[in-house]
Amino acid sequence: MSDEAIDSTFSTGNAARVVHHDTRVINFGDRLFYRVTQAFALIVILLAFLLVFDLFRGAWEAIQTFGLKFLVGTTWDPVKREFSTLPTVIGTLVKAFIALLLAVPISIGSAVFISFYLPKWLRPFISYPIELLAGVPSIVFGLWALFVMVPVIRSLQIWLKANFGWFFLFDGPAVYGVGVLSGSVILAIMIIPIITAVSRDILLTVPRPQIEGMLALGATKWESIWQVALPYARVGLFGAVILGLGRAIGETMAVTMVGGNSFAMIHSLFDPVHSMASQIASEFTEATYSLYVSSLIYVGLVLFGITIIISLCAQYLIWRLSKGHVAVFE
Amino acid sequence: MVNQHSAAERRHYQFRRATERLAGAGMVLCTAVTVFFLFMILGYVVYNGASAIDWNFLTGLPLPPGESGGGIANALVGSVLVVACAVLIAMPIGLGAAIFVNEFPSARLGRTVRFMAEVLTGVPSIVVGLFAYALVVRPMGSFSGLSGSIAYAFIMVPIILITSHEAFRLVPTSLREASLALGVPKWRTILGVVLPVSRTALLTGAVLAFSRALGEAAPMLFTAFGNPFWNLNLGKPIATVPMLIYTYATGPYDDWHQKAWAASFVLMMVVLVTSVMTRAFLRGKSHE
Repeated sequence: MSDEAIDSTFSTGNAARVVHHDTRVINFGDRLFYRVTQAFALIVILLAFLLVFDLFRGAWEAIQTFGLKFLVGTTWDPVKREFSTLPTVIGTLVKAFIALLLAVPISIGSAVFISFYLPKWLRPFISYPIELLAGVPSIVFGLWALFVMVPVIRSLQIWLKANFGWFFLFDGPAVYGVGVLSGSVILAIMIIPIITAVSRDILLTVPRPQIEGMLALGATKWESIWQVALPYARVGLFGAVILGLGRAIGETMAVTMVGGNSFAMIHSLFDPVHSMASQIASEFTEATYSLYVSSLIYVGLVLFGITIIISLCAQYLIWRLSKGHVAVFE
Repeated sequence: MVNQHSAAERRHYQFRRATERLAGAGMVLCTAVTVFFLFMILGYVVYNGASAIDWNFLTGLPLPPGESGGGIANALVGSVLVVACAVLIAMPIGLGAAIFVNEFPSARLGRTVRFMAEVLTGVPSIVVGLFAYALVVRPMGSFSGLSGSIAYAFIMVPIILITSHEAFRLVPTSLREASLALGVPKWRTILGVVLPVSRTALLTGAVLAFSRALGEAAPMLFTAFGNPFWNLNLGKPIATVPMLIYTYATGPYDDWHQKAWAASFVLMMVVLVTSVMTRAFLRGKSHE
C-alpha cells in the first residue's frame, strides 16, 4: 500500500489537511490536547500488541514443549499430556469452506438482486432485514440451530446414508445430527447476511453508465451484469467472501453447540468434529493443569494467526476496490 | 415478408431470453432463501420465547437445577453491568483515538491506528476471551465481571473508533475554520464544535458497540463465567444473558430450554430495537 493511497483513504480531504496540517501547535492547551489524544491512539496500538504478547505468553509452555510439531500432530490426550492440533485446524477449515460453498452463491445472488433488480424505493425493505440478520447474536443462532435445525439435518443425514451410503462423504454416523454438516449449514446461515451486505455496497459502486452502455448495445440485463458489473466488482466481491470466511473460521458459540465436539479427523460429512474455537470453548474451564491450558491458548494463537491473515486480505481487497467507501463491519 | 432471421439466430435469441429469465428467477430465489432464514429464526425465537416471559421470569432468581420456575434477573442486571462498565472503558479510548486520527491527519500514527482498528474488528471473540483471561483472570486468580468488561471493551474499541472517525469526517471543514478564525484554540474547537455537531453519530456508534457486545457469549466463557446467584460485585464471577442462554440450552432440563428461548427473545429484542432506533436516528439526522 502506498502512502499516498492511504492518505486519500483516511484523511478528510485536501481542504481539511491544509487547515489541520500544522501540528506544531503554539499554545499549551493545544499541545496538551494533541498529546492526550495521541496517548489514546497509542493505547489502541498497545492493545493490539498486548493481545499478541499475551497469547504468546499464555501459549509459551506449549510452544516450548511441542514447538511446530503441534501444528501437524494428530493426538490430543490430556491424560498422557500430549497435545497437537491438526484435526481441529482441518475441521475448522472444512466447515468454513463448506459454509462458503453454500453461502457465496446465495449471498452474491441476493446482492445482485438487491442492487440491480429491485427498484430503488424497495431496496431498504429487503436489505434492511438482511442487515438485521447480521446483528442477531451468535448464541441465538446456536440455540435455533440446536433445537430446530439439527433435527431436520438429522433426518436428512439418515436419508442420505440409507440411499447414498456408498459415497464416502455420506458414510458416517448419521444419527447424531450434530457434526460437520450441521456446523457448516449454521455457519452458512450466519455469514450470508455479512457477505450479502458487503457485496451489495460494492456492487452499488459499479458506475451506472457502464451497465447502461451495455444495455444500449442490446445486451440483456443479465448479460450486462455478468459481463460488466461482476467483472468490475470481482476484487471487492472476493474481499467480501474472504471476510465471510474469516467470520466462519472464528465463529464460536453456534459451532460449539452443533458442530459435535470430538477430537477426530474428518472422514465424512456427518462426523462430529471440533473446530478450533469450539475446542477452546468446551475444554478451557475443564483444563486442570497448566500445560493443558497453555495448549488451548496455543490453539487460540493459531486461530488468531489464521483469521488475521484472512482479515488483512479482505481489508486489502475491499479497500483496493472501494477506496475506503465501504465500511467493513456491520 | 418471411422472417429475415436465420434459424440459428432465432435459437440464439431464444437462448439469451431463457438465460435472462433463469438468472432473474435464480436471484429472486437467493433473496427468498436469505429472507426465509431471517423469518425462521425470528419466528422461532418469538414463538418459543414470548410465551415463557412473565413478571417472575424478568424479576426472579434462578432456582436450583431441575426445579421449574424462577427467573433470570441476575443475568439481566449482570449483562447490563458488565457491558456498561465496558463502555466506560472503551468510550474514552475509542473517542480519543478517533479525534487524534481525524483532527491530526498529518500524523502517520493516526493512519496506523485506523488500519489497526479495522484489523482488530476481525479478531474472533473467543480469542479476545483468551486474551482477557491471560491478562486479568490469571493474575487475579479468579473469574470476575471486570475481566468480562475488559474483554467486551476490547471488542468495542475498534467499533467506537471507526464509527466516531466516520462521524468526525462528516463535520464540515468550514465549521472548524469559522471557529479557528474567531481565535478559538484548536482543542476548544474540537471539544466545543466538532464533538457537539457529531454527537448523534457518536451516540449511535456507542449504542452499536453496546448492542454488539451484549450478545457476545464467547468472551464470557472464561472471564465473567456465570453465577446462579445475585451478584453486583465486578470482582466476582457474574451472570450474563448470553452465557445463561448457552448454559441453559446445552443443559438437560426442558424448563431450562424454555428459559433459553425466552432469554434469547429478550436479548434479540434489545439488540433489534437498538438497531432500529439508531437507524431511525441516523435517518432523521440526514434529513436535517
